[in-house]
Amino acid sequence: MAQMTMIQAITDALRVELKNDENVLVFGEDVGQNGGVFRATEGLQKEFGEERVFDTPLAESGIGGLAIGLAMEGYRPVPEIQFFGFVYEVIDSISGQMARMRYRSGGTKNAPITIRSPFGGGVHTPELHADSLEGLMAQQPGLKVVIPSTPYDAKGLLISAIRDNDPVIYLEHMKLYRSFRGEVPEGEYTIELGKADVKREGKDVTIVTYGAMVHASLKAAEELEKNGVDVEVVDLRTVSPLDIDTILESVKKTNRVVVVQEAQRQAGIAANVVAEIQERAILHLEAPVLRVAAPDTVYAFSEAEEVWLPNYNDIIEKVNTVMNF
Amino acid sequence: MKHVLESVESQFEMFQILNEDGKIINKDDMPDLSDDELKELMRRMVYTRILDQRSIALNRQGRLGFYAPTAGQEASQLGSHFALEKDDFILPGYRDVPQLIWHGLPLYQAFLFSKGHFHGNQMPEGVNALPPQIIIGAQYVQAAGVGLGLKMRGKKNVAITYTGDGGTSQGDFYEGINFAGAYGAHNIFIVQNNGFAISVPREKQTAAKTLAQKAIAAGIEGIQVDGMDVLAVYAATKHARERAIAGEGPMLIETITYRYGPHTMAGDDPTRYRSTDLDSEWEKKDPLVRFRKFLEGKKLWSEEEENKVIEQAKDDIKAAIKKTDQHPKQKVTDLISFMFETLPNNLQEQMEEYKAKESK
Repeated sequence: MAQMTMIQAITDALRVELKNDENVLVFGEDVGQNGGVFRATEGLQKEFGEERVFDTPLAESGIGGLAIGLAMEGYRPVPEIQFFGFVYEVIDSISGQMARMRYRSGGTKNAPITIRSPFGGGVHTPELHADSLEGLMAQQPGLKVVIPSTPYDAKGLLISAIRDNDPVIYLEHMKLYRSFRGEVPEGEYTIELGKADVKREGKDVTIVTYGAMVHASLKAAEELEKNGVDVEVVDLRTVSPLDIDTILESVKKTNRVVVVQEAQRQAGIAANVVAEIQERAILHLEAPVLRVAAPDTVYAFSEAEEVWLPNYNDIIEKVNTVMNF
Repeated sequence: MKHVLESVESQFEMFQILNEDGKIINKDDMPDLSDDELKELMRRMVYTRILDQRSIALNRQGRLGFYAPTAGQEASQLGSHFALEKDDFILPGYRDVPQLIWHGLPLYQAFLFSKGHFHGNQMPEGVNALPPQIIIGAQYVQAAGVGLGLKMRGKKNVAITYTGDGGTSQGDFYEGINFAGAYGAHNIFIVQNNGFAISVPREKQTAAKTLAQKAIAAGIEGIQVDGMDVLAVYAATKHARERAIAGEGPMLIETITYRYGPHTMAGDDPTRYRSTDLDSEWEKKDPLVRFRKFLEGKKLWSEEEENKVIEQAKDDIKAAIKKTDQHPKQKVTDLISFMFETLPNNLQEQMEEYKAKESK
C-alpha cells in the first residue's frame, strides 16, 4: 500500500472519480493550470482535459451557482472554495439553493455536488481562511458535512461524497494536508458517510472529536495512558449527520465523555453531541459531559493562534476533570 | 484621458417593431411568423391576462396564496418564451409563472405553487425548468451552469433566465452574466425592467442609463427592447437564441415594461410609490391593445375570437382550481422524504415519529 499525505490522498480520490464517471467535473479558482493553491488538483487538468478540470472566474457565488446549473444537466460537480472562510460569499448558493434542491423540487431534482474546501487553524493564514465553520453548515438541513482526519479516510470519504446524490460539504484541515503520511490503498474504495470511526479504543473515558483535534486527542490519550487513564477516541468523520450509535456505544462503555472541537464553543457540533448524549444516555454518565473548544471570539489573529486554538493540554485537563468528578 | 461612458450609453436604443398604434415601424426586423403563430401569440397574451385577473380574485377570496401579478408584462414574458424550443431550460423568477405554464406546467400545479404545496414545484417530465426562484438573482448564476452544461453536452438548446430591474443590482446578476460570457455558455438573460423593485424606482438602482449596457462589462451583447411590443421581444429573444446555440455567446435583453398590479398580493400598495397618471401612461402602451390593433389590421383577430379565448381561459381556470382544491394535502412525512436520497438516522427517527402522529 502506498504511503500518502492527506493532500495526495485527496488528489488520488479526485483522479479515481474523474476516471470512474465522465460526469464528474472539478472546478474552482486556480484549480486548472495551477493545480489549486494547495496542489490538490495537481496534474488533473493535464490528465483529463480543460472540459473536466477547469478554472472559474473569481466569484464564489458564481461557482456555487455554476455547480447547481451543471447538476441540472446531469453533471456531478466537485467545485472547490479556495478557503472555507470565503463561504460567506456563497452561502445562498449552498444553503439557500443546493441544500434545498431535492426538497423544493418535491424530490424531482437533486444536486449531487461535493464542495471541497480547506479550513482549519495553525498555519498562520490571514483572516477568513482558517475559521471552523462546519457548525454553520451543519445547521442547514439538506447538507452532509464531512471532515477527514487521515489520508485513508480522506480518500474513501471523498469518493463517497462525490458518488452521493445529495450535496456534501467536504472540509480539508490545512494543518493535516502534509503533516504526516498514512497508508492509502490504490484504486477505489469508499467509507460510508455518516459513520464515525473509533481511532483508539479505551475503557475509561471517551473523547468525541473530528478533524485536526483527532490528532491532538490521540496525543493526549498517549500522555494520559502514562497515568493509567485509558482513553477511547471517536473520530466523527461526518459531523452532519452525527453517528449517534457509535457515540452512544462508546459512552455506554466508558461512562465519561469529553467532546473536543477546534471551533468556538458557542453552538456548533460539540454542543449537538452533548445534547444527544444527555438525551439518550444520561443514566450511563458518571460525570457531566465537558467540552474543549476555542473561546467565543472571532478566529484569532495568526500570531495568537497557538494560544487560542484548543490543544492537547486542554484536552488532558478536561479528561482529568471528568475522571476525578 | 478619454471618457467613454456617454458614447457607449448613447448607443443603446430601444428596439421596437410595433408602435403603440400597432403599426410596424421596423420592417427589417419583423420576425418571420405565420398567421397562425401570430394569432397564437395573441391567444396566449389574452389567456394570461385573464389568468392574472382570476388569480388576483382567487387570492382575495383566500383560495390562492403567494401571487405576483403579471398584467402589463405579457409581451416580455410570453414574447420571449415564444422564441424558445420545448427542450430549452427556464430558470424563472417568482413573477414568471406564465412562462412555466406555456412551457408545460399544468395550471393546477401553478395554483398549488401559489398555495405553497410541493406539487407545484414538481416540474412534469419533459418540462425543463426550475421552480420559481425567490432569492433575487440566484437564478442568474444557476443559469450560467445550465448554459455551460448545454454547451458541453453539444445540445442545440439554451437556458433562459429572468429577473427584474432590481435584480440587476445583485452580485449574482453580474456573476451570472460574467460566468456565462467567460464560458460562451448557451444563455439568454432577460431583465424585465418594470420600473420598480417593489417600491424603489429604477433610477435609484443604478447610475447606468440602461440596464442592457451592463452586458458590456461582462463582455456579452446587450439590447434594450420595448417590453410592451411582443414582436420586438420575440425577435430579440429569437436572435439571442440563434447566437447562443451557434456559439456566439450569451445575450442580455432588457425589456422596458410595467406591472399594472401590486408587487405581490401580500399587502403591497402601489399608490405609495406610483401615481395613477403613470399607470394610465403605461396603459396606453399596453401589449395586448397594441398587438390586437396589429392583428385586426391584418384581419387576423376579432372580438369573437378574443371572447372565445377568454371563455376557454375561464373554463380552464375553473377546472384547474377544482383540481387544486382536491389535491391531497401535504404531510410532514412527505417533506421529510424529500430531504435526501437516503434518509440519515436523525430523519429516519423523525420520519417514524411523524408517521405515528399522522396515523392518529
